[in-house]
Amino acid sequence: MVRKIKLQAKNREFCRKISELSGEVVMLCEQCGTCAGSCPMSAEMDITPSQMIRLVQLGQEAVLENKTFWVCASCYTCTVRCPRGIDPAKVAEALRQVKLRQAIDYIQIDEISSEEAKKLPSVALVAAFRKMTG
Amino acid sequence: MRIGVYVCHCGGNISDVVDVKKVNAVAEQEPEVAFVRDAEHMCSEDGQKLICDDVLEQNLDRVVVASCSPLFHENTFMKTVAKAGINPYLFEMANLREQCSWAHPSKAAATRKAEDLVKMAIAKCRLDVPLARQALPIGRDVLIVGGGIAGIQAALDLADAGFQVTLVEREPAIGGKMVMLSKTFPTEDCATCIIGPKLADVSQHPNIRLLTYAEVEEVSGYLGNFNVKVRRKARYVDWEKCVACGTCAGKCPTKVPDEFNQGLSQRKAIYLHNPIAVPHKYLIDGLVCRRLKQDGNACGVCEKLCAQKAINFADQDETIEIRADTIIGAMGFDLFDATLKPVYNFGHANVITALQLERIIATGSSGPPLRAVGNRVAFIQCVGSRDEQINRENCSRICCMYATKLAQLLLRIDPTRDITIFYTDLRAYGKGFEEYYKRAQKAGIQYIRGRVAEVQPDPEGRTLWITVEDTLSREIIESEYDLVVLSAGLVPARATDRISELLKLAKSPDGFLQEAHPKFRPVDTLVDGVFIAGCVQGPKDIPDTVSQASAAAARAIRLMNKGVYETEPVKAFVHEERCDGCGQCVTVCPVRAISTGKQKAQINQALCKGCGICIGSCPTEALDLHFYTTQQLEAQIEKALEGKSADEVRLLIFADNVCTYRLADNLGTGRLSYPAETRIIRIPSSARISPQLMLYAFHKGADAIFLGECDHKASPYTGSVDAIERNLTVARWVLEEEGVSPERIRFSELLASLLTDFYKNVTSLVKLAKKEAEPITPEQRERLGERAKGPLPEVREGAVIHG
Amino acid sequence: MIQIPYYPGCTLKNKASNFETSALAAARALGLELVELPRWNCCGAVFSLSSDDLMRHIAPTNIFLRVQEMNRDHLVEDEYRLVTFCSMCFNVLRRTNQRLRESLEDRNKINDFSYLETETYQGRVEIVHLLELLRSMGWDKIQERVHKPLTGLKVAPYYGCMLLRPKDVGIDDPERPTIQEELLRSLGAEPVDFPLKLRCCGSYQTVPDKDLVANLAYDILSRAQKAGAEAITTSCPLCAFNLDFRQKEIQEKYPMFLPIPVFYFSQLMAIAFGLPQEVFGLAGHYANPRTLLATKGYLQATSPLEGGEG
Repeated sequence: MVRKIKLQAKNREFCRKISELSGEVVMLCEQCGTCAGSCPMSAEMDITPSQMIRLVQLGQEAVLENKTFWVCASCYTCTVRCPRGIDPAKVAEALRQVKLRQAIDYIQIDEISSEEAKKLPSVALVAAFRKMTG
Repeated sequence: MRIGVYVCHCGGNISDVVDVKKVNAVAEQEPEVAFVRDAEHMCSEDGQKLICDDVLEQNLDRVVVASCSPLFHENTFMKTVAKAGINPYLFEMANLREQCSWAHPSKAAATRKAEDLVKMAIAKCRLDVPLARQALPIGRDVLIVGGGIAGIQAALDLADAGFQVTLVEREPAIGGKMVMLSKTFPTEDCATCIIGPKLADVSQHPNIRLLTYAEVEEVSGYLGNFNVKVRRKARYVDWEKCVACGTCAGKCPTKVPDEFNQGLSQRKAIYLHNPIAVPHKYLIDGLVCRRLKQDGNACGVCEKLCAQKAINFADQDETIEIRADTIIGAMGFDLFDATLKPVYNFGHANVITALQLERIIATGSSGPPLRAVGNRVAFIQCVGSRDEQINRENCSRICCMYATKLAQLLLRIDPTRDITIFYTDLRAYGKGFEEYYKRAQKAGIQYIRGRVAEVQPDPEGRTLWITVEDTLSREIIESEYDLVVLSAGLVPARATDRISELLKLAKSPDGFLQEAHPKFRPVDTLVDGVFIAGCVQGPKDIPDTVSQASAAAARAIRLMNKGVYETEPVKAFVHEERCDGCGQCVTVCPVRAISTGKQKAQINQALCKGCGICIGSCPTEALDLHFYTTQQLEAQIEKALEGKSADEVRLLIFADNVCTYRLADNLGTGRLSYPAETRIIRIPSSARISPQLMLYAFHKGADAIFLGECDHKASPYTGSVDAIERNLTVARWVLEEEGVSPERIRFSELLASLLTDFYKNVTSLVKLAKKEAEPITPEQRERLGERAKGPLPEVREGAVIHG
Repeated sequence: MIQIPYYPGCTLKNKASNFETSALAAARALGLELVELPRWNCCGAVFSLSSDDLMRHIAPTNIFLRVQEMNRDHLVEDEYRLVTFCSMCFNVLRRTNQRLRESLEDRNKINDFSYLETETYQGRVEIVHLLELLRSMGWDKIQERVHKPLTGLKVAPYYGCMLLRPKDVGIDDPERPTIQEELLRSLGAEPVDFPLKLRCCGSYQTVPDKDLVANLAYDILSRAQKAGAEAITTSCPLCAFNLDFRQKEIQEKYPMFLPIPVFYFSQLMAIAFGLPQEVFGLAGHYANPRTLLATKGYLQATSPLEGGEG
């Protein structure tokens, strides 16, 4: 669905907020696509990592409804390859944090079956809860 | 003495903020000032005429113009006063625009500062002495380092103009990278065809002495008097006798990868550098030849076969001494080493560089191909460029176009090919470039906007898999190719580090050689008489290289044509009675202009660059700098602080002429304001400021000092930063001993572009002086005045030593 | 015996106990006594990437304080290195340590907040991964200890993410690491290179989406197999789970897939050093490692019911 958007002060504000929370100068991204090409999880995402950053640059808060940053595995491959020296993993974290700090969890702990819970090593559970629950 | 002072309105740029009448009034009160006037535009023809008329009518013998930055109009006004009959070194400027009205919006504060700046300029002017530019003889000999198209073009221009050229090239043949290319963009001229005649011209020109397979080893001297030692490497073949029949190579048993063909074929130990080599002579690679490497009896087949008896295993390196009046550096570029980007898998049989592809195409028309190219070909752009992960941030400028060209050529050879170029931005900025790109698209070459993330080998076969995001459609592409071509970027040629050290040339942050001024002096360097041209200054294509080469030749001719050249008289000199011959100055001088003959320092006036590092490093204050004498600096410091009231603070900024002063101007030009408590004093290098002067400044009322100097990577004065650090250490030591916070002096390496750095340093220092540090008491200031008279501790090998 | 503080992390005490057993034994065989940290707490498994989240750096800081306490209480003598095996723990601890060393402000805030602690943290501890420790000893020293060289064993070392990334944290080059290959060679094994050794296994996504991990693991394992690997080594309990235990899901999706055993590098060390079989930790596997090891002659044949469900 093609949208027409107006770029306003509130968009700049969203971009600034994510930049501050992530500690990354998001405006530096030149949309080369290296992060997206390197990302092992890209096939599971609804928008590519670079597109996620693009929407942050344009200050489009609707990016918070995408799946992409939840599917991120924080593997840091994008971090070591970005030619502009940006850390997209930190931007993904910032977007997750915006949601989690509003008490909107991505996974529900009680939806994990007891069978899985017995199988999973504690590092997996702790990491998943840290990243996807508040 | 009768000084004339002119305060410029600058069309409102100054007068809208600074109360010009008040400034006039202050100027009138200063000693030796005979005449004060303000005007709208001092730099205009009318303004300049005003000065000339006033000099006559008012009998003025010195002039001060308070207007814009001296970096803007100093030369203009110096010429004006010279026309009026006054020595141009009796002229001073006060920077009321870039460093005053443009930087400080508060009218009151800007006017206060303007008053002080004018007083400082007048005080300096009072102490100026007439200085004469020396006319030194200069000959017609030029040394050109590098025999690529840049060196060749410059050589031909100079030789045709009647100058004597020595062209030194490290490879056995001239032509550089251009002679390796197949065709050139956007016209698709055959590279060797168009350069061929130039190569012949160079080898035959009576005014060009061609030294190939030779390297510059030592350089000493200065403009008009360079002494260069060149090592002509042993080639083991007498080039007077060799007729290049090739019989020797036919039988030579040793094979090694052929560097000219980028490792895609092999050559023999005795070889011809390339098919159209100029000079067209064979030579022996001493590193692999069996006879030369092993023992005196091995092999020797070439010697037995040579009908001309040209083989000479006893050949030795030869040192040739050359004198030159000017030098042009044209060492060119190397291709980025793609092994530094392991994600692209260079090393795999079917991943090659663009230069290798050039050789494949170039040799393809005249024999069996060097290797197969296949049907599906991918070009990867920006390999080794625009990449912070490997510290190569610059764009290499030509890769978008050379990839387009190579793709076109491949398609023409076999129109069934499927060719894709994966790019980040398509840079087609030059004449005919955009049109050429459009033709490539029309021919069916696919351009995909995405920076390739990985190149992985197919597990089953010899193909490669490329993973990339097409950023325009947002699809992730994983596709298979027969051949992957890496559009590797340009890096400075290997020789650049060594030659730049020999010639004392500065490097830009990207590693290429730095031009004297990015806009107005693109082929000059900050070393007088040394010019640069071509890719050694930065990546560029052939037309731009040729333009720069001709420009460098013209600049050299400009210096040499009249047979004499004028020197800047801003040089160091010695107060012999204070010199104890310690030799500290000798070690710190970046151009080795000082020697200690007869137990006293002696300064070579031709070599001296007037930076002032020696002066700041002299423990007995025996050295001084014309036009920036210690007396003058003390006078400027006094006047800067004279008007300070008890509740005010003053930050004195010593700004080096190359970077910091320019940087301060840039802040004003950008209308970025910073505290008006600052007073800037301009010197060639902040290393000129001795610890004694720093203490004197505090004595006179300074609350903080900031020293700004060019970043050592970009600085024309090698060692200035170290000298400043030493001076700082001593000054801070004394401050601490006297109970004053050493944080009140700060130093920063800067570049003219680092606006925020300057701003941050200045604002935090003013804050420190105003609020954070204990105020300096009058007793402390007295003490500091005493300490400034010396003797002071010295810094030797990092430790502070007293006495 | 050189005594060095050791941080196990939660998983090494439950699901990955075989990693701990084999590694401690192998270290002891090399003259290293790794002394477990008293009162240690969970490190948090991941490093908080937000600029403002100091709270999440407290758990690792407490761990650093325990190292200081070990020294204070003479459980070790003047030893501020902290060795860890789990890649995830390693990454969190080293990154947190870096953050604290770089920012005086953050350090002060955390120290102030942790007023109940008896010491403050000023950046003294150095986080060391066991592989780094081995490398610094010199591979020849490792080789000297080998009694049963793993000749003919083709092992693909898998690195995953946390050991190598980001660049200033990693123990080796992030695109061309060699540290595990060097270890394997010193053990007499034949390291097998394959392009996906740096590819993420899916990490914590294994909790909400095991299918995704099955796909990623399948790519990694089958590529290693294509390159000739008979076994995989890893340094991470999460990678081990994803590559080993998720072979169940892989086989459901890709019936042609052949199981391949996944070892912790320390297990291969224990085998090569000729240590008692109990410390090999072969019971903690899904894809059965015994068949391969027995075939190569590194194991006495034992009951096929012992260890491994695959």
